[in-house]
Amino acid sequence: MEIFGVPSPAFFGQLLLGLINGSFYAVLSLGLAVIFGLLNIINFAHGAQYMLGAFAALLGLNWLGINYWLALVLSPLVVGAVAVLIERTMLRHLYKLDHLYGLLLTFGLALIAEGVFKNFFGVSGEAYEAPELLQGGVHLGFMFLPLYRGWVVVAALSVCALVWYVVERTSLGATLRAATQRPDLVQALGINVPVLVTATYATGAALAAFAGVLAAPIQQVNPVMGSNLIIVVFAVVVIGGMGSILGSIVTGLGLGIVEGLTKVFYPEASAVVIFLIMVLVLLVKPAGLFGKQA
Amino acid sequence: MNSPVSAPKSNRVVLMFVAMLAVGSVAPFLVYPTLLMKLLCFALFACAFNLLLGYAGLLSFGHAAFLGGSAYITGYLCRDLGLTPELGVLAGGVFSGLMGALFGWVAIRRAGIYFAMITLGLAQLVFFLAMQMKFTGGEDGMQGIPRGMLFGVVDLSDNIAMYFFVFAVFMAGFWLVYRTIHSPFGQILKAIRDNEARATSLGYDVAKFKLLAFVISASLAGVAGSTKALVFQLASLADVHWHTSGQVVLMTLMGGLGTVLGPVVGAITLIGLENMLADKVGSWVTVIMGGLFVVCVLVFRRGLVGELNAVLQRNGLNR
Repeated sequence: MEIFGVPSPAFFGQLLLGLINGSFYAVLSLGLAVIFGLLNIINFAHGAQYMLGAFAALLGLNWLGINYWLALVLSPLVVGAVAVLIERTMLRHLYKLDHLYGLLLTFGLALIAEGVFKNFFGVSGEAYEAPELLQGGVHLGFMFLPLYRGWVVVAALSVCALVWYVVERTSLGATLRAATQRPDLVQALGINVPVLVTATYATGAALAAFAGVLAAPIQQVNPVMGSNLIIVVFAVVVIGGMGSILGSIVTGLGLGIVEGLTKVFYPEASAVVIFLIMVLVLLVKPAGLFGKQA
Repeated sequence: MNSPVSAPKSNRVVLMFVAMLAVGSVAPFLVYPTLLMKLLCFALFACAFNLLLGYAGLLSFGHAAFLGGSAYITGYLCRDLGLTPELGVLAGGVFSGLMGALFGWVAIRRAGIYFAMITLGLAQLVFFLAMQMKFTGGEDGMQGIPRGMLFGVVDLSDNIAMYFFVFAVFMAGFWLVYRTIHSPFGQILKAIRDNEARATSLGYDVAKFKLLAFVISASLAGVAGSTKALVFQLASLADVHWHTSGQVVLMTLMGGLGTVLGPVVGAITLIGLENMLADKVGSWVTVIMGGLFVVCVLVFRRGLVGELNAVLQRNGLNR
């Protein structure tokens, strides 16, 4: 069977790969959007936190024998704890300044994290084996689906759905949204906004770490895995706009798929297609697909 | 309207230029010229960047695209088409200016944090193009770029001759930035930086001014990249990498954002530091750079020159 002249296993294989990348874009851009909403800071360290999540899983396995499922919970907690520290000791002092300083500080932190891990582990990286339960795959007739890849998409999208539910449908989410708009008023109503801010930053970082653990068995765990990804995620954020949670998820997934399809039909352009779409969107709708003009 | 530069200040400016010329002329006989040339290229790069961030308030996280892009163009023109170095550098500047016009036209649609992300994305686009295109040499870079004969007469393979060419390019670029900052155009840029809505309400076409600032900055960054390609006879992917974009931000921040000499001081400090540390700490350089970023943002936002100015002002020596 062929689709537009491409053998169907190859076509669906790339589509699945696109869907996986798209899930990562969705989780990461979601975290960026939540952090930006409350802290007004673009977290350049997001890629580093994703990388740290993957390394926490790898080192946890190698040194302490922590298995994948446990790592899926522990890694985000560890990275989240580091994020609390960062927010409390550094980011906190920047809220009154120009937003750009937050970007520069987190950029510096990302360089430190990347540099330290490069020194100890080199750039080539190490493989992390998928859990036994998810090894192998199933034949779907039109393609072969490796179980682990299917799981990544399901897990990432479930987390996205969970975040959407918490932010849009719970009272905690309502408080968060209120604090995004008027932190002073929310504080006056007796809610501890500084704690909320810390928790938000930690959650965003934990989301990135969770994505990192999910990615660990698919790609080599290496110190630069995050920085390459984060630049694409920035473009995703520009395309989607950071106005809505659902918007981030849809944009992330959609762009992953577009990228996957580009790999099928015009592989040379697959590395740049998202940046080209960014340019197009800026020309047509500068605020982004789901954004409000600031 | 009074001239923005008052009389006693203009004396000091002349003094500054004379001092720079004097130091620059003596330096190659005291310090290794290749290092000096590298310093000058990055100093010009940082000055160009500072024009944009320090005076127009636009944080470009993609300036490596101009540095690296022009390096490739100049390399191609001088090596494969046999252009003389001065024309190669000129062409690099023009190329970067055009690229800057295109980048600016896209990026200026958004402000603040988005502007930074967009420029980063556009520069990444250039990075991937440089990696895939044939003429750039991909991972190996473009090697063996000849320094050539300046105006067809002066042989630049001599390090001292090359140095004075680089120094002349730097001084011309520095002077251009200085003139831009202290012109009415520069005043308007500062107005936009400090209060964009107000500048708009005064009738200024803000987008046009931002774009022009972007083009000038890009073009000078390109000149710096072209010159660097001739000095090292190499244009490589490292020049277009986001790391380089981050580096120029750090130089400017460390030296002093929005000060005339800050970027020069920052570039000298950072490149000097890198050069000193390279054989001692090896790959820890990235970590140190990150640490400097954190320190500068948290406690040293005025930068070296900014702090010095503040001290002078407190003691009534300035103005």
